[in-house]
Amino acid sequence: MALPVAFLGLFFAYPVAAIVTRGLKVDGRWQFGRVADVLGQSDIRHVLWFTTWQAVVSTVLTLVVALPGAYVFARLDFPGKQVLRAVVTVPFVLPTVVVGSAFLALVGRGGLLDELWGVRLDTTVWAILLAHVFFNYAVVVRTVGGLWAQLDPRQEEAARMLGASRLRAWRTVTLPALGPAVAAAALMVFLFTFTSFGVVQILGGPTFSTLEVEIYRQTSEIFDLSTAAVLTIVQFLAVGAILVVHAWTVRRRETALRLVDAGLTARRPRGAGQWALLAGVLASIALLLVLPLAVLVQRSLDAPDFAYYRALTGDDGHVFLVPPIEAIGNSLEYAVVATAIAVVIGGLAAAALTRPDAGRLVRGFDALLMLPLGVSAVTVGFGFLITLDEPPLDLRASWILVPLAQALVGVPFVVRTMLPVLRAVDQRLREAAAVLGASPWRVWREVDLPMVRRALLVAAGFAFAVSLGEFGATVFVARPDRPTLPVAVARLLGRAGELNYGQAMALSTILMLVCAVALLVLERLRTDRTGEF
Amino acid sequence: MLLGLEAATVRFGGRAVLDGVDLEVGEHEVVCVLGPSGSGKSTLLRAVAGLQPLDSGRVLLDGRDQTGRPAHKRELGLMFQDHQLFPQRDVGGNVAFGLRMHGASRKEQQERVRELLDLVGLPGAARRAVAALSGGEQQRVALARALAPRPRLLMLDEPLGQLDRSLRERLVVELRELFGRLGTTVLAVTHDQGEAFGLADRVVVMRDGRIAQSGTPLEVWQRPADAFVARFLGFENVVEANVTGEVAVTPWGKVPVPEGSPQGPRTLLVRPAGVRLVPADEGLRCTVAARTFKGTHVAVHLQPEGAPRLEAACALRDAPEAGDTVGATFDVAETAVLA
Repeated sequence: MALPVAFLGLFFAYPVAAIVTRGLKVDGRWQFGRVADVLGQSDIRHVLWFTTWQAVVSTVLTLVVALPGAYVFARLDFPGKQVLRAVVTVPFVLPTVVVGSAFLALVGRGGLLDELWGVRLDTTVWAILLAHVFFNYAVVVRTVGGLWAQLDPRQEEAARMLGASRLRAWRTVTLPALGPAVAAAALMVFLFTFTSFGVVQILGGPTFSTLEVEIYRQTSEIFDLSTAAVLTIVQFLAVGAILVVHAWTVRRRETALRLVDAGLTARRPRGAGQWALLAGVLASIALLLVLPLAVLVQRSLDAPDFAYYRALTGDDGHVFLVPPIEAIGNSLEYAVVATAIAVVIGGLAAAALTRPDAGRLVRGFDALLMLPLGVSAVTVGFGFLITLDEPPLDLRASWILVPLAQALVGVPFVVRTMLPVLRAVDQRLREAAAVLGASPWRVWREVDLPMVRRALLVAAGFAFAVSLGEFGATVFVARPDRPTLPVAVARLLGRAGELNYGQAMALSTILMLVCAVALLVLERLRTDRTGEF
Repeated sequence: MLLGLEAATVRFGGRAVLDGVDLEVGEHEVVCVLGPSGSGKSTLLRAVAGLQPLDSGRVLLDGRDQTGRPAHKRELGLMFQDHQLFPQRDVGGNVAFGLRMHGASRKEQQERVRELLDLVGLPGAARRAVAALSGGEQQRVALARALAPRPRLLMLDEPLGQLDRSLRERLVVELRELFGRLGTTVLAVTHDQGEAFGLADRVVVMRDGRIAQSGTPLEVWQRPADAFVARFLGFENVVEANVTGEVAVTPWGKVPVPEGSPQGPRTLLVRPAGVRLVPADEGLRCTVAARTFKGTHVAVHLQPEGAPRLEAACALRDAPEAGDTVGATFDVAETAVLA
């Protein structure tokens, strides 16, 4: 327990606290008046309003599109289901930068829709909303569908036997059981969209700005630290509130549901209704999830002889100090180190959280561990720069800063993946081993480890994919001569010219492929109890 | 004494789940703790095993205080209620687990596993998957696993709880034989009196974290310590009575009691076999409320006027029909005045 606390304290709480202090303390005096000043500005109020509004609409849209998908994945059996499950998860682990560029390629200037019908959405809010649905589809399918698949169909049958119609049985038995899972998924989506950065940064243009984007703009473009600090606090409070509600719904979800093996509840589709639903879901996946990625790949190839890919190896000396292709190696190295850190810290935290003697305080830490997911990555990155630059921790010039920042985002995923599995290990199994003469360490090795080995691999895979795509914090701490893939993509997109655009698409494609491969490997390892993501 | 508990107390919240329990188990003795759910009997086992720390009192093994000694160093065997076999290991891996923890060589492990699987009647099952076993087989594997490291004391938590009746009765006999042959010291807990009486040299009845009675199965059966123990053993005919000489005055009238019974206000037990049915005008006038077939006899439930119900055991051919009016008299050999 001590190590995770120290890690989060040093690399998360300290930088965030430091940047807030720097923003609000002028000449050694607290300037709380600034909070009112900042919140009084009409453009800031507009950002707050837009952030909340787009998060709500994105969440509702995602639920509407993804809930039928959750049903189809949970209860219908069809060829290619496994592969399709992996496909819908790809967007979730895709770097936001890639999602942004994929939608740019689809609905942006010179995009597919522009070419076909002259429709451009990149200046409208629709591009952002669609990208958010694209991004979070998997959250709903995995969280809700995962539970749905394990609900005992006999409960519904019991209700039917007592005289309820099919719809009534669903409404009175299944829906209440799913309720907490739907709520938890909705809150996760809300959280992710509320703090959305990469997507809005690329698609939002100058018109649309979320809190996170505004914090980035205030810190790195306008250098107005006190405004950024106020916004950080506002975001922190909002995220904290969301997480409290989320922890509550998760706890309710863990109560007393009779679960059965997911493999037993799926049936081949029957009747026109189920076939139509299946077709609808497949069509929505094709249009919303597959098409943007396909267009991205097509754009990257839209020059003779793989010109964009070949250009990546060239050293044109303008955009970077090194050939863009080197970003791949950098990203992989950083992601491996970040994964190792995240697995150790997250694994220890999850193990500590499931100890039978864990008190209320420790269990409260559960929700706290999710904070890095929601707190402005930009703040963390900038906080790193201003806090870890003096002895004893002078890491500013060190490469380790990047994996540290990425691991922060990976830890919540590791914890969330490991917790349900560890909680499912019967405590009496550990006791049985102890009575047979196994010391606590032996018990862990002989009982816990064999059961969580797969979950550990899955967690590592998620941490790897997330680290690979991390952008908000990395953009601050990555050294100019060692950019990561998402940083390189963003910089290429930020520059005019056909060649830069094509290279961005090419790099995004490479990044997507690396993530997809990591995910397909995971899908093979997937157990039924591998948490919420 | 192999095992001794001295004023062992465990509190959950404010409630004492074990309340000053004193208990001794001698070498080669089979002791069964009997009690309803929530009486603290599982907590007793967990406290002895070292899985549940005591709030006060001591656990002694061979006279040595075990306070602060973790479960894995106590060299005890515990068979869990639902077996808790390790799902990712096969039968052999489960049985060998304790041996492995104690550093036995591979060859020793193999020999011991074979020996134990023969002993519990599953020869050659070492490579089978645990998930493929029936309830009775899991039971045997769990027993073999607990016995493998030769524990000083074997503890069984509801050992036959989830098995069906005929299998349970067969296993009680098998276990009794096995423990006698191996000379194993056993401390078992159960809520099933048949299991306890079948297995044990000595039965300990628990109520609300305290020991209500301790004695041989025969002693406990013949002379339950109080109304609680009598009712828990399944006796219905328990009433308040005033004893003078060899007569007890009860709501059912005067009932003869054995010579030398305790005197004054007491609790009286009349076993069902001690309720004799006679013509209506010769005894306590009752209406037959219900009759239930028990295999060897029929239990007849009688409703006297203005008095608690009586249960009588009688032969099938003598049993009256529901609704009949009969008389009841009492046999002194089947009555007992409780403390």
